[in-house]
Amino acid sequence: MAATELLGLGFEFVEIFAFIVLATVGLAVIFGMMGIINLAHGEFILVGAYATTFAVAAGVPLALAIALGVLATTAFGLVLERFIIRRLYGRLLDSMVVTWGISIVVIQLVRIVFGNSAPGIGIPFGEVSAVDAPTYYFVLAVIAVSVLAGLYALFMWTDFGVRARATMQDEATARSMGVDTERMYTATFGIGSALAGLTGALYAPVLTVTPEYGSTFLVEAFVTVVVGGSSVLVGTILASGFLGSVNAAVTNVAGTFMGQVAMLVAAIVAIRLMPDGITGLLEDVRQKWGESE
Amino acid sequence: MSTGSSDRGLLAGLRRPFEGPNTMGNSPAFWLGFVAAVALLAAAPVLFGQYAAATGAVFLAYALLGMSLCFIWGYCGILSFGQVAFFGIGGYTFGVVAINVASFSGPTLGLLAALLASTGFAAALGYFMFYGGVRDVYVTILTLVVTLVLYTFMGQTAGGEWAIGDARLGGFNGMSGVPDLGLGVGSTGLEIGIVAHYYVTLGALVATYLGLRALVNGRFGYAMVATREDETRTEMFGYNTTFIKLTVFTIGGAIAGLAGVLFTAQNNYIDPSVFGITAAALPVVWASVGGRTSLLGTVSAALTIQVVDYWLALSGSEWALVFIGVLLVVVVLLMPEGIAPRLRTMLVEYRSTPEPTDPPAAAEEVSD
Repeated sequence: MAATELLGLGFEFVEIFAFIVLATVGLAVIFGMMGIINLAHGEFILVGAYATTFAVAAGVPLALAIALGVLATTAFGLVLERFIIRRLYGRLLDSMVVTWGISIVVIQLVRIVFGNSAPGIGIPFGEVSAVDAPTYYFVLAVIAVSVLAGLYALFMWTDFGVRARATMQDEATARSMGVDTERMYTATFGIGSALAGLTGALYAPVLTVTPEYGSTFLVEAFVTVVVGGSSVLVGTILASGFLGSVNAAVTNVAGTFMGQVAMLVAAIVAIRLMPDGITGLLEDVRQKWGESE
Repeated sequence: MSTGSSDRGLLAGLRRPFEGPNTMGNSPAFWLGFVAAVALLAAAPVLFGQYAAATGAVFLAYALLGMSLCFIWGYCGILSFGQVAFFGIGGYTFGVVAINVASFSGPTLGLLAALLASTGFAAALGYFMFYGGVRDVYVTILTLVVTLVLYTFMGQTAGGEWAIGDARLGGFNGMSGVPDLGLGVGSTGLEIGIVAHYYVTLGALVATYLGLRALVNGRFGYAMVATREDETRTEMFGYNTTFIKLTVFTIGGAIAGLAGVLFTAQNNYIDPSVFGITAAALPVVWASVGGRTSLLGTVSAALTIQVVDYWLALSGSEWALVFIGVLLVVVVLLMPEGIAPRLRTMLVEYRSTPEPTDPPAAAEEVSD
């Protein structure tokens, strides 16, 4: 009996953790690396979901449709970056206001063009009988972890990653060392868009795709980025783990709604205690240790 | 040029508390235009009838909400995405109290309770944030999250157990049957009907505008603006910037709460969409477009945008939101300051040429 309950709790955590990580990564990359708060993040996810949904409806196999969703969102993000976002680097609050405007426009345009719903896609892969839940959720968790690992490898081990991080830390110096900083910004924004598109595409079979689809992810994404702090990967992992645990534990006891509320309250308390997020706190601790030695 | 009146002692003395470097429009011509605009707004119910007064009152309540954000964002640098949280709390509190307490005491107590609730909530949230060291963009996101929590919470109050006395919160169906505004105790009091409600709202808007002008041009206002410009430096000069921010945030919350009461009493109804993402964005849109350092610019933008939005919606068009979004993006990209400060700059440049010009207020004001 206890084992089943534990299994259920574990599954709850895996599901929520994957959701939070995937909802957040795209936003976290763009915020952490470029200092742009993308309030249209949900609509980037929306673009990915719509592209995937319509591709599947047109007879494209799901895996390929997901790839198409990622491509479409990347293109969408790059176009926006080229014409609008580029003018907002270094203007944090303006970036919020403008991307919010973009978000309103995209939602309404999608509603005008496609109506209030999109064709549904079935969840693939069948069920895992032990927890009575679709196998697909475990696939999502594996993808979430792979995405984090992939990002780590990209930013830490590749030439591109070094240039990108140099650009974010000190643009002027990076440029004087011969880094094409504009291209770095564009590329980073493209990566963030692609990740958002991936999330939208992956969840298209799970959640009903409507013009408000993006807002499902928005709250979790923002909360996680803020709780995580400025360091993209560490912050996202720790904050997702923390918020996911709170959410899963309370959901298990008191239902989905209370789980979400508990998570939000936990986030508010966490921001109060750690204004610079978990990574800010880690940084403080590290500095103090450095001083005492 | 009709600048003769500036010599008259009485008028100049009356204007003095409301004028200073922190507000635009310190000329006699501006005040002439301001009085004309208020007179025009006051004439609207007479000219267009009761229906126009009913819809107009809602726009004026929105303008009040916009002004509350302009005050804290434009003058103290605190961008709150949660002004609608106070607006909604004010509205819901008014509804709950007014439904439960019969006769004139209901709306009167409701108004007081709503102001208390929104002010208290703003003070608590502000204390939590500013004394906790939450800064800049994190304040923005935190206020947004709080608003969304309220949205989620109010959305699930559809069940019968979510009733406070006779007031059913009603989830996404909203709370209906909220009485009109009224002032009094027991059965003696003043009934505020549709047209009277319009004038009450207009009066609140004008009074708040003048009050905020006096505030931002006073000593406290200077400290606010200094906090916005350079917080560390202001603190070095001995100002308690944390307390200043808390006070400003609380005043903003109180004004937004009042706007929520006026809104809810006019519609006799409120639902969780006031906490929704679109609603939360609107004050930011108004302040950005009108000019966040201009109270009147924000008011004008709120009135214009909402009137246009209303017409677009009436004509069955789905393009209202697209219009608002595009407007927002274009204005922030091309005129980061907003329209009103931009117009002022243009006017000042134009004035420096010898030709006399139109009163500046005519360009800033919106007649609806």
